[in-house]
Amino acid sequence: MNLDALGACLATSACVVTQTTSGLIVGMLLFLVAAGVTLIFGVLKIVNFAHGTFYMLGGYVAYTALGATDSYTLAVLSGAFAMALFGVLFERLLISRVYGSNVLMQLLVCYAAVLIFDDVVKIVWGPEFHAMGMPPAFQVPPLFIAGGVVPPFYAVLIGIAALIAIVLGLGLSMTRLGKTVRAAAINPQMVSALGVNTTALFAIVFAIGGGLAGLAGALAAPVRSLSPGMGFSILIESFIVTVIGGMGSIAGALVAALVIGLVRGFGTIGFPQFTDGMIYIVMIVILLLRPQGLFGRRA
Amino acid sequence: MKGHPALRDLAIAAIVLIVVLAVPAFHRSPAFEDFIIRLSAMALFASSLNLLVGNTGMVSFGHGMFYGFGAYAFALTMQMTELSLPVAAVLAVALTTFAALCVGAICVRLSTDYFAFITLAFQMLFFSIIISWQSLTGGDQGLRGGIPRREIFGFEIGSQLRLYQFCAVVAVLGLLALRHITTSPFGQTLRMIRDNENRASFLGVVLWRARLQAFTIAGAFAGIGGVLAALFVSGAYPELADWPNSGQAIFAVMLGGIDSFLGPVLGAMILLALNDVVTRFTEYYGLVLGLVILAFALGLRRGVLDFIRLARPGRAK
Repeated sequence: MNLDALGACLATSACVVTQTTSGLIVGMLLFLVAAGVTLIFGVLKIVNFAHGTFYMLGGYVAYTALGATDSYTLAVLSGAFAMALFGVLFERLLISRVYGSNVLMQLLVCYAAVLIFDDVVKIVWGPEFHAMGMPPAFQVPPLFIAGGVVPPFYAVLIGIAALIAIVLGLGLSMTRLGKTVRAAAINPQMVSALGVNTTALFAIVFAIGGGLAGLAGALAAPVRSLSPGMGFSILIESFIVTVIGGMGSIAGALVAALVIGLVRGFGTIGFPQFTDGMIYIVMIVILLLRPQGLFGRRA
Repeated sequence: MKGHPALRDLAIAAIVLIVVLAVPAFHRSPAFEDFIIRLSAMALFASSLNLLVGNTGMVSFGHGMFYGFGAYAFALTMQMTELSLPVAAVLAVALTTFAALCVGAICVRLSTDYFAFITLAFQMLFFSIIISWQSLTGGDQGLRGGIPRREIFGFEIGSQLRLYQFCAVVAVLGLLALRHITTSPFGQTLRMIRDNENRASFLGVVLWRARLQAFTIAGAFAGIGGVLAALFVSGAYPELADWPNSGQAIFAVMLGGIDSFLGPVLGAMILLALNDVVTRFTEYYGLVLGLVILAFALGLRRGVLDFIRLARPGRAK
């Protein structure tokens, strides 16, 4: 614990800006992954333990696409679309076979996929770390906002993620598809009886979730390095976000992801050894005081 | 035999123990002895988890916490005090039991999904404490320096053969005790809670108390498994308390069979054997394990022992 350092940091605007930026970037990327987890849980009541794999594969696909096309935009888009497709296949081929069975059976199938694809990544891309590098357009001196360091690429990433959060939120509340998805989350039988093809709807939900995770992986690739098994830690964190925010709540996921991001950002200064521990404590406290999460509905 | 299931269990346990202890007299195989030592630890770990998952319907994602707790408590006691091995082991298991009681007291009131998540959170909290409390636990390097060798009742666990015998005896006795708990009225109460908690509640069962008892007992037996694991690696490592380790126990339970008492033991055997065989041929262990799990989950749709039992309906359990 180093609370003096934390206090000193909070007293200077430079440090606050720097740490907030790094917290926001962690939080927004986390939100993109957790939004998929919470959406899939909300509609299908499946806890998708393979969601970190979508994130990882999205990063790797983007890495390869960048090598092939030399365009960051295309790389990010191909990561997202490849994972949307992968999500559909995953749902159709594996998950659809364990609807309605024991939670542990679902966990088993998802975890098998995690093990398989971690090794597939090792076979295809090698076990070593890969770095994607920043787009050349952003290899410029960082911005200084109130004395704090903000790399322009970070600012753009936060902006893109925020934009997607808005589109997702509006899409769910305003569009026909979004309303159907929300209805299916409340009563899938009724939605099915009203003539909606729920089989297709479930596949679409997985496509959205997979696409968001793939997008997060592709966006994160230049900031973080790629390695097999990178999906694991983001998976745990996105579960924490989902639980804190409330299972099935997109708004909750956004708030919780930002909280986790900021705890991480400032935690590295105040309690560098125990940042993870702090997050688990937050999760335990939330589960005890409000098991349904901050924005969750009581079951 | 039908009237004395307890005697039958005792006889089976005695036969298994005699066979396992007799094997080295005819044939010494370090690989086999190694296997049995690791199996002892893992079988206790997985079977104790199944007391929660299969018997009580409580899906814990954080059972590895107590496995790791037992290992660290034992290794630290041995390193820091002059206590003899059995005393240190009993102390370690007692501490683990107390930890399980405390964690359980907080967790057992939550419903299924949230129970799974909060146990996971406690385990990860424990894991981060191990990682960050470097002066005590050695951080991510693990607790090194070995476990001092001390004799128990004139019996020294110096050689691999001694450790093999010790682990086999502890595991068989532990499993026998768990079996006894499972078949006792208390075990039946737990299954009643699993099948219909409202009815159990109407019949006067205090749900949280029975669940807490099950959680504490399961933690204690996982702690015994952890002690054996610490003896095997002669130390303790954070991985023992990490969540992939809890995952291993869940796999063992699911692969072997959730509704059969020996299912988790068989599952642990399958996992360990798979690990030993596959890593000899390929470095892509995860790929093979994943495919095997998929085959089980989508093909059999249940654990091996449960599958056999359903396939042969003539035989009662």
